[in-house]
Amino acid sequence: MYGDDEVLKNSAKKLVSNGVKIAEVYSPFPIHGIDPIIGVKGTRLGIMAFLYGLTGLTLATIGMHYFMVREWKMNVGGKPNFTYAENMLAFIPVSFEFTVLCAAHGMAITYLLLNRTLPGMPAQNPDPRTTDDKFVMEIRLQDQSISESELDELLKNTGFEELEKKVIK
Amino acid sequence: MQKEAAIREPLILGHKTYHDVTEDVCKPIEDKAPRMWYILFTIALIIGLYGVGSICYLLGTGIGVWGLNKTIGWAWDITNFVWWVGIGHAGTLISAVLLLFRQKWRMAINRSAEAMTIFAVFMAGTFPLIHMGRLWVGYWVLPLPNHFGSLWVNFNSPLLWDVFAISTYLSVSLVFWYIGLIPDFATIRDRAKKPVAKRMYSILSFGWSGRAKHWNRFELVSLVLAGLATPLVFSVHSIVSFDFATSVIPGWHTTIFPPYFVAGAVFSGFAMVQTLLLVMRKAMKLEAYIHTKHVEYMNVVIMVTGSIVGTAYITELFISWYSGVEYEAYAFLNRATGPYWWAYWSMMTCNVISPQLMWFRKLRRSLLFTFFISIIVNIGMWFERYVIIVTSIHRDYIPAAWSMHYPSHIDIAVYIGTIGLFFVFFLLFARYFPVLALNEVKTILKGSGQSYKESPDYHKHH
Repeated sequence: MYGDDEVLKNSAKKLVSNGVKIAEVYSPFPIHGIDPIIGVKGTRLGIMAFLYGLTGLTLATIGMHYFMVREWKMNVGGKPNFTYAENMLAFIPVSFEFTVLCAAHGMAITYLLLNRTLPGMPAQNPDPRTTDDKFVMEIRLQDQSISESELDELLKNTGFEELEKKVIK
Repeated sequence: MQKEAAIREPLILGHKTYHDVTEDVCKPIEDKAPRMWYILFTIALIIGLYGVGSICYLLGTGIGVWGLNKTIGWAWDITNFVWWVGIGHAGTLISAVLLLFRQKWRMAINRSAEAMTIFAVFMAGTFPLIHMGRLWVGYWVLPLPNHFGSLWVNFNSPLLWDVFAISTYLSVSLVFWYIGLIPDFATIRDRAKKPVAKRMYSILSFGWSGRAKHWNRFELVSLVLAGLATPLVFSVHSIVSFDFATSVIPGWHTTIFPPYFVAGAVFSGFAMVQTLLLVMRKAMKLEAYIHTKHVEYMNVVIMVTGSIVGTAYITELFISWYSGVEYEAYAFLNRATGPYWWAYWSMMTCNVISPQLMWFRKLRRSLLFTFFISIIVNIGMWFERYVIIVTSIHRDYIPAAWSMHYPSHIDIAVYIGTIGLFFVFFLLFARYFPVLALNEVKTILKGSGQSYKESPDYHKHH
């Protein structure tokens, strides 16, 4: 457990350069620049948002085409809508809104599901202080190629505040 | 770590640590509410309930209880709607547009500004719903197949665009707000001692962990939502303005409306944020996070958008004459010199003259003056909508049909009632929710905090 984000970052750099694999980092706010150090890949949620938006746009277009052109040709001043293209301008606002609606909600729901953060889920952080001002680095011994004593040696001068060893069955 | 120029004023005053930030924001939630909170809450609740009662009476009797007549078919109801939607523009602008521009000062105010936005849009939504008269068939605005034949809602109508715009805006703002709230609810959850509070905040925080991967996703989701919400902010009030601009009523049929409405909305929204935050920072002792610099930034936005609005008013006036259309010219002449001259000139004074005072550094850094102007601006913006709506229709093409609008007491009660309800929601928010985006403020503590700016280490590198 560390008391400062910079200290944790420097320590992570040192450990990784010595071949230690860091399983997880828990922090009260995003630590910028930690992801490449501990090997967290960039998320692809942005692509998902684009796909959801595209779905929304398609649905809106199909829907309005059906309602306004095929099923019931709205007749304004004796000029019914025979094609979608002729009336396209009037459909832009709803197409836009529906695209945004689907992209935003689709992405938000995917995000919550991926994180397994849903109403009623138990707290997943290892220590309650990690949402306040403490930063936890989780290192699993079975992931490492080095022994426990070697790891202790490496950790010694990284400036941590607390070290907790747990046996996970 | 991003560092910024030392000559920039620090955004967080005092020598705060990460833990201090948590303490300062969580304290008001964990402590007993001050007596003033109960007094304000009771007042707001009574006014709100009076409004709800009036709405019930209106629904039971019909919208004939409003002061409308056959010439003036739209008056207070739509005025209030546009006023509230306009106020609801600041929050998402602050959190989305300013996020894209990487403005760090937004972090202290975005949470409460967004809460304000959501509650304001709730209040706005009330008006078109009750205007339907038969609230229980409100779902007819959705494109649902129905048992009356092959009849669909009209996708050519700006009123339907408005349905989509407002509901998208409301729900996307809500999601954006909540995604940011989850990590902060987790902070309160992990500090809570009372079992009920612990349980409640545990449910609200969705089991947030703070893993590096989750933060990585969190930041991307915030960024993409901001990207989506930015055009949304501009589209919503543009579409609201289409309700008028696509009609053929002189005074409404104007191409200048969309940008002018959006600027006006941001103008009134920031004014409402000022009104609320100036009180909140004092009551909740958040002076270190929301201080003169933040107020000054917001006043600059008010000044700029106020100038756009002023330019739009004058352009409109000029074009009405220059167009050579006598109906158009009369509509504007009548606004300025007709029986509603007082509304027009209140609007001009509040919206054109008052924001210009912000050019003076002393005035825009004065909290008392800002509070005063923020209220003046919102009075002015209410008059703007009233002037646009009522003065354009009260004298139509046949002088025999000319009329005046006198609000009934129900008109007034519903309006005042929504203000009461708005404050009920806002006070509940201030009592139970983290009013500052904890996780965001902590990220700027080192780059923009006072203690880090003053440290010798900081100056060594710059």
